[in-house]
Amino acid sequence: MTSSAVLATVEAAERKGRTRRPRRSAVARRDAIVGYTMVAPVVLGSVAFVIVPLVAVLWFSLHDWNVLANTFVFSGADNYERMLSDPGLRDSLLASLWFSIGLVVLNVTLALFLAVLLNQKLPGTTTFRTFFFSPVVVSLVAWTIVWSFLLQADGGINGFLSLIGIQGPNWLRGDFTAMVSVIIVQVFKNVGLNMILFLAALQGVPEEIGEAARIDGAGAWRRFRSITLPMISPTILLVMILTIVGSLEVFAQIAVLTGGGPGNSTTVLVYYLYQQAFRFNDFGYASAIAVLMFLIVLALTLVQWQTRKRWVFHEN
Amino acid sequence: MSPLNTRRRLSLTAGAGIAAVALALTGCSGSPAGTETPDEPVELRMTVWTADETQLAMFQEIADAYVAENPELVSKVTFEPIPFEDYTTTLTTQLAGGNAPDLGWILESYAPEFVSSGALADITDTLKDDEDYDYDDLLDSSLALWQKDDRLFAYPFSNSPFAMFVNTDQLEAAGQPNPADLVASGDWTFDAARDMSAAAAETSGTAGLVVRDFDYQAWEVLASVWAAWGAAPWSEDGTTCTLTDPEMVDAMTWYHDAVFVDGAIPGPGVTADFFAGDAAMTITQISRASALDDSFAWDIVPLPDGPGGHQNVIGQAGIGVFANAEHPTVAADFLAYFTDPANAEKLATYFPPPRESLLNAETLGAANPKLSEEQLQAVVVDGIQDAVTKPTHVNFAKLQDAVRSQLDAMWTADADVEQVLSGTCEAITPLLEG
Repeated sequence: MTSSAVLATVEAAERKGRTRRPRRSAVARRDAIVGYTMVAPVVLGSVAFVIVPLVAVLWFSLHDWNVLANTFVFSGADNYERMLSDPGLRDSLLASLWFSIGLVVLNVTLALFLAVLLNQKLPGTTTFRTFFFSPVVVSLVAWTIVWSFLLQADGGINGFLSLIGIQGPNWLRGDFTAMVSVIIVQVFKNVGLNMILFLAALQGVPEEIGEAARIDGAGAWRRFRSITLPMISPTILLVMILTIVGSLEVFAQIAVLTGGGPGNSTTVLVYYLYQQAFRFNDFGYASAIAVLMFLIVLALTLVQWQTRKRWVFHEN
Repeated sequence: MSPLNTRRRLSLTAGAGIAAVALALTGCSGSPAGTETPDEPVELRMTVWTADETQLAMFQEIADAYVAENPELVSKVTFEPIPFEDYTTTLTTQLAGGNAPDLGWILESYAPEFVSSGALADITDTLKDDEDYDYDDLLDSSLALWQKDDRLFAYPFSNSPFAMFVNTDQLEAAGQPNPADLVASGDWTFDAARDMSAAAAETSGTAGLVVRDFDYQAWEVLASVWAAWGAAPWSEDGTTCTLTDPEMVDAMTWYHDAVFVDGAIPGPGVTADFFAGDAAMTITQISRASALDDSFAWDIVPLPDGPGGHQNVIGQAGIGVFANAEHPTVAADFLAYFTDPANAEKLATYFPPPRESLLNAETLGAANPKLSEEQLQAVVVDGIQDAVTKPTHVNFAKLQDAVRSQLDAMWTADADVEQVLSGTCEAITPLLEG
């Protein structure tokens, strides 16, 4: 076939294709409009409140932005270079690390322990479930303010300790005790939510598998380790991701309880970011820290997601 | 619409959205207009940190009178209360979002930062050119903090001296002398106040002397103490740390020992409200006098003397016009009206004015019925003369945080005060030099 003949054939085929494309019926068009209308709020919301701010923060992080002087000057990677030699940022990363480790270990362990306890068919379990879940629905700031009174040198906790002959420390004024206090306040606030997630997972474990193992002579611990834990591992993955991401977002507790102190011992990454932006008016640098934080959360989530095949049931 | 076109349109829309947000957030959404008389009346907004309804009502009354006199300029003035704790943060967030108020109160600590950055409009000519304003009546010492190169960038509407409030019931119960008598005899010193507070604390079981609002965080409030030692955290030009000077070391050692040795001042983590009867004495600004009731007998006396003699300390607040607001010229004109002699006298009800003609016990007495003329003369009128302010610096926000985090190490019983101060100097020197 000559080239002109080929072209002619292609053109004819295209014309044919165009003319043969099935026309959408009125019903299909209406369905499409309804569909787009249904998803529009979510899409628009995501674009306006997630995508645009995310890109804007990336853009801001490349600028030296002085709010008071109203200057916005492109500075390239200066803010990122500054991060490398900023001891305050290093301290805040360390504080975040300690906070996250403490929170994840305590929260997940306690939530699982409570869920196992409250999964028993015993009278009063509903009351205890409500009791442990109730802090989840309490206002975070109100919860933290109440704890700030309890943790004062002459507050409720030390008052209780003195009744049993113990002189409690000034909880929020020591480096170690302040961090422990902030972690515990956060653990008690959210452990109920994780407990409910674990409880739902535990109730989804088929009883007959445990029963079969018991007949085979497996003890309670063996059954828990070899059957229950693997069966609820998808929930463990979910809880781990939620708790780790949540631990990096902790702010109100720090702001209300310690203000980042004593020293900088509880100045976690988000609080450091807040200081840079809203106290020091350094929005460019704060945006660079926000990008760093985004990358850290992304990396941690990806690592957990990628390693799930090794330990999450149903994933291998 | 083809899928390709849809995608292209979506990406264009997203791009436009990002650009719009970026522009709005960078404050480039519109250049400051209002350099001339507006075509139609404008609305003005002033941010304040008071939520006191009687104060706000008075501001509104003055503003309404201005609107009535200048209907062609302004149609409405709104006062926007912002909680004190978050005031500067909220204000700067509004500036960052391109939503600057027309006028706003400004804390003295942040005065150099606001004045030097160009955030505020120059109001010198507007005030001076107003025949009724009587610019020369303004005290130079009050204006100093709000000026740059002899140009004024904010009006210091409040000049509130620090004073010692005493619960005379608690002192009497502890067999302690009346502070007013000690003032008269010249024996009113920080050492005397410490000993009396310690005795009262032991007798009543409440806190002794509370430096209000310090709370082991806002260390700048301690200026009301260390000033009597002649100490300051940094040199006058703001470039050299002076925390290790002997005066400051002595002053901070005095404070540390009063907390941990004498038991005269409550330690960190202890909450004590003088106005609720929890403490024998408190150092705070005279503007807090409105919180006093008759639940206990009280008196207000000047700050005690220290090794450096007597030093008055005041807390100031200014009203500025934001350069990036939409109508800075109209806002400056309103400010001139709001703070002219007649309205300054009204404002004196709550805020000691920077006007020499109004700083007398008679004027202030009419506005403060709880205080006697003697108290007003001794504490307010005399307290503003030659007063120093709390520490200020062009880099104050960072300094405040850096000093706070270093001083945390001082608030334990076995702390080495001199060593902590030395470490603090080391930490803040780059910020002072920068």
